[in-house]
Amino acid sequence: MNKIVFRLTLPILFGYLPLGMAFGVLFTTQLDYAWWIAPLMGVVIYAGAGQILAVSLLAADAGLTEVAIAMFVLNARHLFYGLSLLGQFSGAGWRKAYLIFGLTDETYSLLTSRPRGTDRHHEQQVDFRITAFNQAYWIAGCASGALLGEMIAFNSTGIEFALVALFIVLTIEQLKALGDAFPVWTGALAAGIAMLVVPPAHQLMAGIAIVTLVLLFHYRRHRNRIVREEISHD
Amino acid sequence: MTDGTYITLFIAVSSLATFATRVVPFVFLHRHTGHPLIRHLGRYLPAAVMALLATVFLKQSANWSYSLPGLDALVAGLIVTGVHLWRRNALLSIAAGTGAYMLFQQTNPGL
Repeated sequence: MNKIVFRLTLPILFGYLPLGMAFGVLFTTQLDYAWWIAPLMGVVIYAGAGQILAVSLLAADAGLTEVAIAMFVLNARHLFYGLSLLGQFSGAGWRKAYLIFGLTDETYSLLTSRPRGTDRHHEQQVDFRITAFNQAYWIAGCASGALLGEMIAFNSTGIEFALVALFIVLTIEQLKALGDAFPVWTGALAAGIAMLVVPPAHQLMAGIAIVTLVLLFHYRRHRNRIVREEISHD
Repeated sequence: MTDGTYITLFIAVSSLATFATRVVPFVFLHRHTGHPLIRHLGRYLPAAVMALLATVFLKQSANWSYSLPGLDALVAGLIVTGVHLWRRNALLSIAAGTGAYMLFQQTNPGL
């Protein structure tokens, strides 16, 4: 089984090793904490964009409430992943908790797109190994990046832009998947308003509040049309 | 709060918040999967949050003392966008933009 799982997860290995290393290098060059905290975060948090955001929150000594809200909202897209896997994971027993914990973007896309046989128990075991393999790649990337950042002396000034670049890339990917620029404009405008009205320390929270309100208002205004479209799609 | 306490609490809070986003649908959203509001937020929230984060952090990374304020972040951001639209390779786009930004920061051109 391990051979099949390895072949299935190979593309994720090529994605997670360099991204994990980027996080590790960022962690040790931007912060004064011990290098092994970077792979530890890969073990217990296990979120790509989340951990990279964590570096800038740690650098800013952010309050824990802000950390909780920022992490939750950044990963809020995961709220909607689970919905499509409810059936697939049911009855997975003790493995289920880990399958849910390890549901990153990449694992989600692999689990929902891979061919499946009829033996449900066997398929859940494969899902479990896929999740574990992916997390192992991620932790290896975090550890090697952290060590690299600590051992090699280079001028890392400006490397923190990797976070901005990652968010731009993710925005473009969202835009392409959705084919609708409305949420992108909403997010950018909410950020603009927040930056004009509140001090830097609270801009992220203010922006999140504005985005949520706009989406709720948009839903209320178009509720009838949205419900009609849902029905005609089903 | 000592550094050790802070980082421990930080990691605990981050882990719980991240796990919460993954476990919530399995715990109680399953009764509401068909609700149009949930579907509406599922459709639009992720893209809006990404655009918000990109804008907030882009502005924070900008150097406003250039004669064209924020030129460094603007150029680096455009490079990320351009390279990503061209090759659609996330790591390449991130490396190209970050490299350009680092060049700005380290050579400090008199703009």
